[in-house]
Amino acid sequence: MIRTLAAREFNSLFRSPFGWVLLAVIQTSLAYLFVAQIDIFLTSIQPKSAGLDNFPGVTGLIVAPLYGNAGVIMLLLTPLVTMRAISSERANRILPLLITAPLSFHEIVLGKYLGLLAFNLVIVAMITLMPLSLELATDLDYGKLAACILALILLTASFTAVGLWISSLADHPASAATATFGALLFLWVLDWSQVATDRSGGVLQYLSILGHFNDLRTGLISTTDLLYYFLVIAVFLSLAIRHLKNRRFSN
Amino acid sequence: MAALIQIENVFRYFGNQCAVRGISFSVGANGVTGLLGPNGAGKSTILNMISGNLAPSSGRILINGIDIVRRPLDAKRFLGYLPDTPPVHDDSTVDEYLRFCAKIHRITPDRQNQCVQTTKQRCGLGEAGKRLIGNLSKGFRQRVGIAQAILHSPALIVLDEPSVGLDPIQIREMRELIRELGENNGVMLSSHILPEVQSTCTRTLIVHQGRLVLDTDTSGLEHDMAQSSLVMKTRLPVDLDRLRQVDGVDSIEALTGNSYRIFFRKPHNPSEQISEIVVGSDWGLLELCTEHGTIEELFMQLTESTPSLTDGAPA
Repeated sequence: MIRTLAAREFNSLFRSPFGWVLLAVIQTSLAYLFVAQIDIFLTSIQPKSAGLDNFPGVTGLIVAPLYGNAGVIMLLLTPLVTMRAISSERANRILPLLITAPLSFHEIVLGKYLGLLAFNLVIVAMITLMPLSLELATDLDYGKLAACILALILLTASFTAVGLWISSLADHPASAATATFGALLFLWVLDWSQVATDRSGGVLQYLSILGHFNDLRTGLISTTDLLYYFLVIAVFLSLAIRHLKNRRFSN
Repeated sequence: MAALIQIENVFRYFGNQCAVRGISFSVGANGVTGLLGPNGAGKSTILNMISGNLAPSSGRILINGIDIVRRPLDAKRFLGYLPDTPPVHDDSTVDEYLRFCAKIHRITPDRQNQCVQTTKQRCGLGEAGKRLIGNLSKGFRQRVGIAQAILHSPALIVLDEPSVGLDPIQIREMRELIRELGENNGVMLSSHILPEVQSTCTRTLIVHQGRLVLDTDTSGLEHDMAQSSLVMKTRLPVDLDRLRQVDGVDSIEALTGNSYRIFFRKPHNPSEQISEIVVGSDWGLLELCTEHGTIEELFMQLTESTPSLTDGAPA
């Protein structure tokens, strides 16, 4: 049943130009950044670093920044993907179809979530084609590449969970997108204030999504970071399920 | 066996506004029950609660004896629901959409195709299977909405204003379909149009300002409209005092020209006597016809005379 709902969610992204435009924008902008990164590497970094010990290599200097940029772009675009999920169904009065069917609220939320997640996997797969093209010219560090892919998947998976929750709250897709962007940006910059971070005793630093992303992206896979993402996903999905359940009682 | 729908003293508030005030009734396993009322009477709220999209503020709703709020999954197996706007996917074709509905209603894969085909035939969508729902006319979208509600042959079919947006031929087909469904299933529909309820429903519930003000067999509805009126047109002015003497006449209202509206109380229909008087006096009878009580008049009467049926007994 969850698979049926996920398939519907995934397909509907490609039934309008929206999914295609989104993929095109992501691919084009990242490709440009990718080329620029290669350019810098070839003209200024490689000549100076010949013979250095501990050289981060192509994977560290080109691939890791690419996934960093991808993270920023997803921060901007995930709200547009998730805004439709529940709030536009509500705005278009389609939601009663799912509510009236013998589906539990878990199934509705998880189905939609997995459909959106599948779309994220497509995005990550498309991005990964770029570093793989370097294989033609050089040797890649596949361990680091895998870490980058994992980092981006977990990042977008938690973005999507937050977005889905906000989409379940909102009556209009535009307000869902705006609020999701605000929430994600807040998570992103949470530990940028040095004073606040010091005083919070590391709590802000742990809550901030960027630190965990950077750790993973540079190849440092720790259970703390993995746990952080799983917690974010679980918390926001449960909030969405709860909200749909309680909304029947609301005014 | 439990009643198909049992509603026990249900209230629903939206903020301070009370949309449904203490409604109770039950509906049996077959027949068509019409929920009749003016706009804003609380019909859609009631149907939304029966379908589990809204929970009552207090009171209970049981579908086949199962509480729709506490055990929604079990109760919804018996339900098919068409909300006031058909919940259709504009980006799918009719076939794709109905197949999706078949899946979420847990129809087994081997029966899905057959269910979709027969439902399309029943709803007059035979030729429309490959068309995109977003390109369909309003009437066809409405049919797709109904197809979605009856696809899985639910015991209870709830339709919110099913004939809105349909042309007269489609309305007739729709009524036919609803009557047919009512033979084996319980159907509950809402409408603000009296003739629609009269022509399709076996039982009529009238709601006004969130209260149930009448619960009757549809055939009894005419009798409840105690007051009716005649419209008369004559060539010459008439002596109103003479007509007021006639048995059953309540009052006479002079309209423009030599037209009059004569109110009378059933069961006395004074048409015969009035025509005799007018013809006998040589006033030149040009026109005399009965006006059926309008739903608005009925509401006026019901809301003035009946406080409310707080414990509406099932018919």
